[in-house]
Amino acid sequence: MKLNRKGRTMKLFNGIAAAAVALTAGGAWAGCAFENTVPLKSLSAGFQAWKAVTDAMAECGNVEAELDQEFRTKQPEAFAAEPSLYHIGGVANMTFSTLYNQGTIRPLDDLVAKYGQNLKENQLIRVDGQVWAIAMMVNAPHLMYRGDILSDLGIEPPTTYDEVLAAAEAIQAAGVVDYPIGGTFKTGSNIGLQFVNMHLGFGGEFIDSDNMPVINSETGVRTLEMLKALTAYMDPEYLVSDSTYVQQQFQQGKIAMSNLWASRAGAMDDPNESQVVGKVVMAGAPVASVRPASTLWWDGIVIAKNITDEEADAAFRVAMEGLDAEMVEGDNDAAIWLIEGFNPTRFAAGAAATADGGALPYPASPGMNVMFDVLGKGVPDFLTGAKDAETTLADIETAYLTAAKEAGVIQ
Amino acid sequence: MKFRTFAAFVGPSMFLMLLFIAAPLVGVFIQGFYVTQPVFHTVEVESCTPGFTEPICVVEERLQQRIDENGKAVTKTEFVGLDSYRNLIEPERAWNAIRSLDISDLLVIDFWKALRFTVTFTLLTLPLVVGTGLALALAVNSVARAIRGQILFVSLLPFIVTPVIGALSIRWLFIGDGILTAFLEWWLARDIAMFAQGWTIEILIHFYRMWHVAPFAFIVFYAALQTVNQDTLESAVVDGASWTQRLRYVVIPHLMPLIVFVSLIHLMDAYRVFEEIVGFSSQAHVISLQWLTYDFLVPDDSGNRAISRASASAMLTMIGIVILLVPLLEKTWRDHRAGLS
Repeated sequence: MKLNRKGRTMKLFNGIAAAAVALTAGGAWAGCAFENTVPLKSLSAGFQAWKAVTDAMAECGNVEAELDQEFRTKQPEAFAAEPSLYHIGGVANMTFSTLYNQGTIRPLDDLVAKYGQNLKENQLIRVDGQVWAIAMMVNAPHLMYRGDILSDLGIEPPTTYDEVLAAAEAIQAAGVVDYPIGGTFKTGSNIGLQFVNMHLGFGGEFIDSDNMPVINSETGVRTLEMLKALTAYMDPEYLVSDSTYVQQQFQQGKIAMSNLWASRAGAMDDPNESQVVGKVVMAGAPVASVRPASTLWWDGIVIAKNITDEEADAAFRVAMEGLDAEMVEGDNDAAIWLIEGFNPTRFAAGAAATADGGALPYPASPGMNVMFDVLGKGVPDFLTGAKDAETTLADIETAYLTAAKEAGVIQ
Repeated sequence: MKFRTFAAFVGPSMFLMLLFIAAPLVGVFIQGFYVTQPVFHTVEVESCTPGFTEPICVVEERLQQRIDENGKAVTKTEFVGLDSYRNLIEPERAWNAIRSLDISDLLVIDFWKALRFTVTFTLLTLPLVVGTGLALALAVNSVARAIRGQILFVSLLPFIVTPVIGALSIRWLFIGDGILTAFLEWWLARDIAMFAQGWTIEILIHFYRMWHVAPFAFIVFYAALQTVNQDTLESAVVDGASWTQRLRYVVIPHLMPLIVFVSLIHLMDAYRVFEEIVGFSSQAHVISLQWLTYDFLVPDDSGNRAISRASASAMLTMIGIVILLVPLLEKTWRDHRAGLS
């Protein structure tokens, strides 16, 4: 009896092992121009576009991809190690400026000349004349709304935040969805970015040329009050709602409007997940008072400095395979690709309109990184009602001064 | 015992305690007085970022970290005295709030907010855990022997679950339209959002901790119940003592050393409450001291960690635990002395 059971387990195990081998064998350099023999590791964010890219890289063999939404906080130290813990880094503009600053990534001019024939000038991230990163996509939070609900109720698509509030009021009154607005207001980076976007939309600034904080102003108060006004139409659990949660609420038809990342647009029409296929319209981010309340971002790859030249060569070659036209063809709607062969569909319309409306690139800098961190921790105190607007902003400035002093950004 | 024999027995463990407990403590204590930071200088560079069609290039002044000849970022370490402690507890603001008897003003400072929750959490869960554990032990002790094994196993399950996983599973039962929230909404016929305000989250946190730790108290008390002197109990019955009297004058005194033991362990554990904050992502409403330390250690987007403030916060947490334990330790010490003489 015992032997029998053991035999069965072994058989099962062998079966699994065989299936795994078959998977790897089938996957290895099926869609890759060369066979990679150098073991490589990559660390990037975890949204759909990165899945597409890392899957395409893995086709070359020997690539171990780690997809982690916390990549921002892992990357600086992982790349500073000797040798670096990862060869390829997937970065957004914020992380890029940190890695560049700390000198843990290498210039790519030689590798671009060798393998980068298909890259467009627009993809090359240059600092001081040298190429340091290869961009693959642009991203921006923009307005997504249920076209069917708005036209049923006779509401014009909102272009400013005052119109958003009016539309939300009308949708609330009609009672067609659980919550008129979905907000990625989770404490931390989500709410921090909401503040940054809205504050820029009202024409505000964060730090002056000496890196001193300047958010405790009338604009800062207006920003906080607008964020609070929006929360009245949201799921009351907004302080624990991240992008994925809001995306799901949208897909399940529980919300009617949201400012969401362009990289989430494609998911609205994913028939496996979404009950609102074809009903979500992509529009530019609404204007706060000066410009759209949004920021422009790019995502791309960097190559670590603390690895051998041979590894860097292989890593760049593999990355180019990940960023080729073939990958874009397979996953066109996962992002707004900068890569040759991208065919912009209606999912790209929102981000394009946001950029046309004059949204600014995210203002990444060492001081701004500190500010972003303290905003994410400080803003919820106003939304929960623990502090009034002036105290909230004054406390955020104090927290900034403490953290910035410790970080060496100010003296 | 000869001193040499004593030293030979105690020496190795003393050495390990010094190495793994005392040395790191001293390290943390010292770190609280120093700040290590990168060195920046301002440079003017042209940088290009992708636009939708054409790259956007700007020339700007930007801060850049100094890199030495080996390609390492240059850092400097400074003695800051008590600055980190001051930044943590904000003594003047706290004192002003206390003087004007404005508790809500005090509780907007992170440290005091965390201290308030940590202390109430510790003191509230202590009777809950000890009481539930004792009740469970008495109940199981009186059920039929045949099913005791199964009941023991089931009661121990919450204790076996990894804390973060347990907290997450309870979170998913209640968040948004989770099963239990949906049930409560149906039952009470009203809209409920458990994660929208602080007090509901606190209830969940307390409930979760009781669910998780009571089995530990239960198993300790259950084991001790097996050693209660049956003769004493029988003679109590003969004397006409009621169930409550037997419990109060025979069982509880017998269990007392273990109640003190469970309380000690629980106070130490509860004061370091952490997993619940992460699991319920309650940081907008409720934070604990241990979470505050962790939060200082989480790097921002430049990779900065507030190690100095984290050390200060860790030292204050340790002092807090010691203060909490003093009454219980004193009692144990007195009992010990009484036993000797």
